[in-house]
Amino acid sequence: MAKVDENKEGIKGMVNPTRYGIERFAYLLMRLTGLGLLAYFVAHIYETSNILRGKVGWQEFLAITQTPEGHIILAIVIGMSVFHTVNGIRVMLGHGGIGVGKPARPDYPYAPQSQNARHKIAIYSSIVLAALAMMYGLAVMFGE
Amino acid sequence: MTSEGLQISKEESGIIVSPTKTITLRISRYNPKINNESKFDEFKIPYQRWTTVLDAILEVKKHLDHSVAVRYSCRQASCGSCGMKINGRPALACFTKISELNSDVITIEPMNNFPIIRDLAVGFERMFSNHKKIKPYIINEVSEINPGTKEFLQTPEDVEKYIQFSSCIKCGLCNSACPTMATDSSFVGPQALAQAYRYVADNRDKGKDDRLKIIDDSHGIFRCHFAGSCSQVCPKGVDPAMGIQLLRGYLLGFRD
Amino acid sequence: MRESVIMKIHYGTALASVALVAVHILFRLTQGFAESLQYESVIANYEFLPYAGMLEIILILLSIHGFNGLRVILLELKQGPTFEKSVTYSCIAAMALIILYGSRTIFMTSMGMV
Repeated sequence: MAKVDENKEGIKGMVNPTRYGIERFAYLLMRLTGLGLLAYFVAHIYETSNILRGKVGWQEFLAITQTPEGHIILAIVIGMSVFHTVNGIRVMLGHGGIGVGKPARPDYPYAPQSQNARHKIAIYSSIVLAALAMMYGLAVMFGE
Repeated sequence: MTSEGLQISKEESGIIVSPTKTITLRISRYNPKINNESKFDEFKIPYQRWTTVLDAILEVKKHLDHSVAVRYSCRQASCGSCGMKINGRPALACFTKISELNSDVITIEPMNNFPIIRDLAVGFERMFSNHKKIKPYIINEVSEINPGTKEFLQTPEDVEKYIQFSSCIKCGLCNSACPTMATDSSFVGPQALAQAYRYVADNRDKGKDDRLKIIDDSHGIFRCHFAGSCSQVCPKGVDPAMGIQLLRGYLLGFRD
Repeated sequence: MRESVIMKIHYGTALASVALVAVHILFRLTQGFAESLQYESVIANYEFLPYAGMLEIILILLSIHGFNGLRVILLELKQGPTFEKSVTYSCIAAMALIILYGSRTIFMTSMGMV
C-alpha cells in the first residue's frame, strides 16, 4: 500500500532555487518580487492617503519616508519592479509559445530547446537592468 | 591454448580496464509498516568508469542488504521505472553514471511528490490518473480500422510536430522536479500537460477543444509558471515545458 | 470565471500598468525627486484631472494584478474547496478595499476637499 502522505517537497522545494538552472531562480525571484511589490503597493496607498491630513500630516509622513532607510527601501522596490516587469514580459511571451523553440525529433544528449539562450539572456538582462535601475534610483535620491 | 597464444591474444585485444574506486551510497530507507520516518543507510561500493547508480544499488542488494526496495526494469532508459532523487535531483538511476556525479557520497532518495511505497519505490497512481484525465488517445469519430475508410494521412512534417512529445516514458521525473507540484496536490502536472499537447498537435486528433476545456482549470495549465525544471530533468528530450507553453498559446489566443 | 479569462486579465493589467506606472514615475523625475514630493506639488498633480484619472486606472490595474497573483500563490500552497473559495473571496474583497481606499484619496484630493 502506498504511503498516504504524498511525499511533497513542500515550500522548501518550491523556494529552493538551486539544482535546476537560472530559470528556476527566475521563477523564485518572480514570486518574491511580486509579493514584495504587493506589500509596497498597499503601503504606498496608505502612505499617499496622508495627503488628506493636510500639509502638516503630509510633512510628518515625508519625514519617515525621506530618510536614508526610506531611500534604500525605495531603491529595492525599484529593483523589484524592473525585474518583475522585464522578466514578466519574457514569461508572458514564453507562455504564448514564443521563444520556446520548435518541436523536433529528440536526439542525445536531449538538451531541452525551451531552456535556450534567448530566455537565459532575458533573465540575466532583467537582473542587470534591475541593478542598473537601483543604482540610478539611489543616485537620484541620495544625489539631492 | 598455448601460453604463447594467450600472450598474443592479450596484446591484440587492447582492452583498457578502468580502475576500481569506492563510493559511499546513502540510501533512504522507509517502510511505512515499520517506521514512522525515513532514515539513511550507508553502503561502500566499488565502481568503475561506466558504473551507473542502478548498478551500484543492485550491488548493494546483491552483497550488502537485499532488502533495499527499488523499481527497475530495462536498465537502458526506455521503461522509466528507476526514477529517483540522486544528490537532490530527480534522475533515472540507470542513466546516471557514478563518475559523472563528481561526488564521494551519493545520496539516493525516492522521488518527491509521489507517495512512498517503500525505500526508493513510489506510487504512480496520481500521475496515471492525471494522465488519463487529459484523454491520452486519438479522438476522431472516423476510425482507421473500419473497413472501407482510408487511413489517416500524415506527412513527415506532420509527425515532426508531435513526435518529440510521444517519447515520454512516464518516468515521473518532471512531476518530481516541478515547483508547483511541490506544494499543489491538485495540479495536473507537466507530464499530463505535455501529453495533452502531444495529442493536440497530432493532425489525426479532433479533440483539441475537449482537452483545452479540461486543462482550463484553477489547477490546470495556468499553474505552470515556466520554471522549466521539468525539461531540465527529462531523460528523453520530451521538453515538457515547450509542450505546455505551446499548448497555452491556444488558450491565450497566440495560436489557433 | 474560467481560468484562461482570469489570466488574460492578469496579463492585460500587467502590460497596461507598465506603461502608466512609467508615466507616474517620470512625473516624479522631471521636477526633481525631492521637490516633486512637496505638498503643493502633489496637490497640483492631483488637481490635474488627467493625471488623477491615470492614478485611478493604475490603482485598479495593480490591485487586480497584485491580488490575483497572491490568489494564485495561495491556491498553490494549500488545496481544498473551503480554503480555495475563502482565498478567492478574500482576494476579491482585499482588491475592492484597496481600490475604495485609494479612490477616496484620489477623489477627495482632486476635488480640493483636503
